[in-house]
Amino acid sequence: MPSITREEVAHLAKLSRLELSDAELDHFAGQLDAIVGAVARVGELPTDDVPPTSHALPLTNVYREDVVRPAGTPVLDRAEVLAQAPAAEDDRFRVPRILGED
Amino acid sequence: MGTDTGAGAELTRRTAADLAAAIASGQLSALEITRAHLDRIAKVDEKVRAFLHVDAEGALAAAAAVDAKRARGERLGPLAGVPLALKDVFTTRGIPTTCGSKILEGWLPPYDATVTRRLREADVVILGKTNMDEFAMGSSTENSAYGPTRNPWDLERIPGGSGGGSAASLAAFQAPLAIGTDTGGSIRQPGAVTGTVGVKPTYGGVSRYGLVAFSSSLDQGGPCARTVLDAALLHATIAGHDPLDSTSIDAPVPDVVAAAKLGATQGVSGLRIGVVKQFDGEGYAPGVRQRFHEAVDLLRELGAQIVEIDAPSFDYALPAYYLIAPSECSSNLARFDAMRYGLRVGDDGAHSAEEVTALTREAGFGPEVKRRIMLGTYALSSGYYDAYYGQAQKVRTLIIRDFEAAFAKADVLVSPTTPTTAFKIGERADDPMAMYLADLCTIPTNLAGNAGMSVPCGLAPEDGLPVGFQILAPAMQDDRLYRVGAALEAALLDRWGHPILEEVPAL
Repeated sequence: MPSITREEVAHLAKLSRLELSDAELDHFAGQLDAIVGAVARVGELPTDDVPPTSHALPLTNVYREDVVRPAGTPVLDRAEVLAQAPAAEDDRFRVPRILGED
Repeated sequence: MGTDTGAGAELTRRTAADLAAAIASGQLSALEITRAHLDRIAKVDEKVRAFLHVDAEGALAAAAAVDAKRARGERLGPLAGVPLALKDVFTTRGIPTTCGSKILEGWLPPYDATVTRRLREADVVILGKTNMDEFAMGSSTENSAYGPTRNPWDLERIPGGSGGGSAASLAAFQAPLAIGTDTGGSIRQPGAVTGTVGVKPTYGGVSRYGLVAFSSSLDQGGPCARTVLDAALLHATIAGHDPLDSTSIDAPVPDVVAAAKLGATQGVSGLRIGVVKQFDGEGYAPGVRQRFHEAVDLLRELGAQIVEIDAPSFDYALPAYYLIAPSECSSNLARFDAMRYGLRVGDDGAHSAEEVTALTREAGFGPEVKRRIMLGTYALSSGYYDAYYGQAQKVRTLIIRDFEAAFAKADVLVSPTTPTTAFKIGERADDPMAMYLADLCTIPTNLAGNAGMSVPCGLAPEDGLPVGFQILAPAMQDDRLYRVGAALEAALLDRWGHPILEEVPAL
């Protein structure tokens, strides 16, 4: 099994949207390597004919009637939701710029 | 015994069933019971730190409403007026919900979780929100951004996790009831190390709507209490189908209250109890093994048939879990993007949305959450998916098969809940793999979606700390847990002459 290098942790952090410090990269590299080494034991079991289980229950999609919901059904209050946002403007969430500078 | 004196102190030691009966008969008011518990919290929580938020005003209002209902002659539910501590992972409208994380500090949810709503509808009095490992990731509450909760049995030791606050609140007599969530053992392991009862219901038995998601195929809310009957009463209050959770089981809830009463009076005669071979031996503390085997002997004396169960795949449950749970966590926690709620860092006009997200998550998440997000991202990445996440899902199938074979031979399975008693705060903090071992015996049930309970079975002779006895039942047979748990509890009470929690040192 491959070991996890500091460079790989930096890549994982980028994918995970975590702006890790240099000290964290050093620290996590050793720890993640140890954890991955331990959990790689799942490979010891022969599973050639074993189907994967993503969920313990048989899952089927659940639909509801497409109707106006009766009063009392949980519905979020817009003002209450926006009051909890980091920033709001004109009854909407205000977000930082999404496109690049150029 | 605690040194508290007076009527208020006495009220905090009574069971939920007892308190509810006293309220219903008019012997006690819900208000005086709630005040007694709030007083107890004010007195001892500086030491225990079980609560992240105490809602005294809301609790007193809810209690007064129960007393008014009774005065009007309205019928009261079986737990009306009984105080409860709610794990801070369930949303509570207008009341802070942090999940033990800085990223949600100060957030006031705009809605109630289904569990919260059912508690309110049942007139249960919510005292406040309890401490937990950040986003329920941990086995000690040391991963809370707000500092660890301490074990009332020994304040230098962990109360288990992630629901350490809920379990500690029971053992510290701050609340007779609490709610936890169990993804890999977070109800049962804290129950074991605090000498309290904790139940992970069948997956899908209790709604996850408003339960902030960690690992959606494993997370399950459930009851925590000081007695098996109290846990059953709480289980019956929160369980049942919820159209707002697509994984909620649309079937009648097993009659857990009747099962608890049956177990206490009729015992376990004729039941087949399977002892799991894999959860014994090396790595298990001598006192844990001793108390566990004594409890098995006791069940045999009570008429149960003891059979040995060999479930070889259980040895691989821990590694499979630490691939599956982080994988789901890396996806679930992507919602914390600093756009719609919670913390936002670096919004200075210069940083892009993506940079703000990364800066916020860096500042808002603690080390264990970061580790698991990255571990999950790794396990799901192309090139590694088959060897890690894919293989873990196949192991999950083998674990389910081993359970099926085991439940063909036994009505319930039993094991120690956790390999050791409560460890010292800080002892495993820098060794993630050592920490993960605390959930060795509890994890297989989560992977299979079955039901599990931890019930106290004594104090380990070497350290005088509580040992938990784990009982496992097939999906939707949760009542079997209560039958066996209540039988063991009654037999041990008979043997000891008093409840185990009477031995908690004074705080």
